[in-house]
Amino acid sequence: MTDGNRGAQPERNDGSRFDRLPATPDDRTVEGRATRREVIEWWVERFGLDLETFEGYTFWEKGAGKIWAFADEIESPAAVEGLGMTFLRTRQEHWKPTTDAVQRFGREADRNVLVLEEAEARAFLRGADTDPAWDGDWGYLIAAHGIAGAVEPIGVGLYLYGELRSRMPKGRQREFDPRQE
Amino acid sequence: MDPLSRYDPLADDPAAFHAACERPLPSVVRVNGIKATPERVRRAFEAAGVEFEPVGWHEGLFRLGEGESPGNSWPFVHGWIYGQEEVSAVPALALDPQPGERVLDCCAAPGSKTTQLAARMEDRGLLVGNDNNLGRLSALRSNAERCGVSNLVVTRADARNFSLKPFSGERFDRTLVDVPCSCEGTVRKNPEAVESWSLDHVEGIAGVQRGILARSIEVTRPGGTVVYSTCTFAPEENEAVLQHALEEYDCRLVEFELPLESVPGITEWNGETFEDSMRRAKRIYPHHNDTGGFFCAKLEVAG
Repeated sequence: MTDGNRGAQPERNDGSRFDRLPATPDDRTVEGRATRREVIEWWVERFGLDLETFEGYTFWEKGAGKIWAFADEIESPAAVEGLGMTFLRTRQEHWKPTTDAVQRFGREADRNVLVLEEAEARAFLRGADTDPAWDGDWGYLIAAHGIAGAVEPIGVGLYLYGELRSRMPKGRQREFDPRQE
Repeated sequence: MDPLSRYDPLADDPAAFHAACERPLPSVVRVNGIKATPERVRRAFEAAGVEFEPVGWHEGLFRLGEGESPGNSWPFVHGWIYGQEEVSAVPALALDPQPGERVLDCCAAPGSKTTQLAARMEDRGLLVGNDNNLGRLSALRSNAERCGVSNLVVTRADARNFSLKPFSGERFDRTLVDVPCSCEGTVRKNPEAVESWSLDHVEGIAGVQRGILARSIEVTRPGGTVVYSTCTFAPEENEAVLQHALEEYDCRLVEFELPLESVPGITEWNGETFEDSMRRAKRIYPHHNDTGGFFCAKLEVAG
């Protein structure tokens, strides 16, 4: 049976399990679901990564629009508690990368990376808005800073109207010991 | 009476053993190889004025100065480091998983060893982190995310009944069996582990450990590797559990090297005798390397 897989696919998004993304729009059976090609292209275009970065990865949707990247393969649908890492938020007008993915893959990015001064980096980490100099695109950017000899991503910022809004999740926000200031 | 005195005949130097158990342990961090190198962490710590010193037997471990809190620094935010008791880095070394393999960590949460396994696999292949407690699973997920682990599948099951169903029924190349235990070896961090000690508790938890090890052997492929570890000295939870597995399953204990001091597993306890191969297991007492106490054994499933 050549269409066995397709026949077994659910027709509606089921938020309680992981469903593998279709490879291309022609393979799509669930309305509104992003494709593997679209999520990779979004990352590659937005941040200038190599296509090969995601070569061995499989991509999954769990919950409406929440895309996960997994470095291996398992059967779909997968009724498990976690699968790789959260990667991208889709099913909304402007797709949004996750803090985990930006920290994991953002080091290789060569565009839409805003490198902050140390005081701004600490403010960003606290969850505060800043107004760094930036003449690039508006929208979701990688906020980064220089540390130990190289640029390291911190998280996702939303650049709008001359302002960088920190999108650091509550649980990842930190206020460092003033001794280190 | 100090429950730890029951191990005086086993510890090569009982006075040194008790003295070490009284001393507090320093905070230790492990460098997460998925996101950083020891050299970069060293540079970041130096720039931030964090007091630290390397651990001689493992290049990716740093002992922190008194009062340093690893959670409040850029290296932690970036997922470059993980706070982990140094001796608990041992079982991942013994398991020695390779990139691309299928690996199970059956009692994974909160994830210090799981994230260490992922790094040793270079974040490639299949790593399954299982636990039965939802709260602990949420800690596992968040620790793995911060460390940038992308090859981990998290499952929730009692490890005695772990199911291969989500994995096409295919068994694992290597399984880490770091079981819940009486935690006597953590006395330097948690004195209550010994204050609330009872033989009933030890014997009860040993029953659970036997079940977990048995299921872990079943889900590991012929020729595959199982590492059994605890942070307790109690032979009831260590050699006796292994003896049960050796009698019930087609598997054997194998030799392995560790870069820190240990003594062999024992072959007799309270009138019970164990196979001679039990000497291939390793007991690590706190006075050996100035760490917590630990037990570790490596098994090969028959081909």
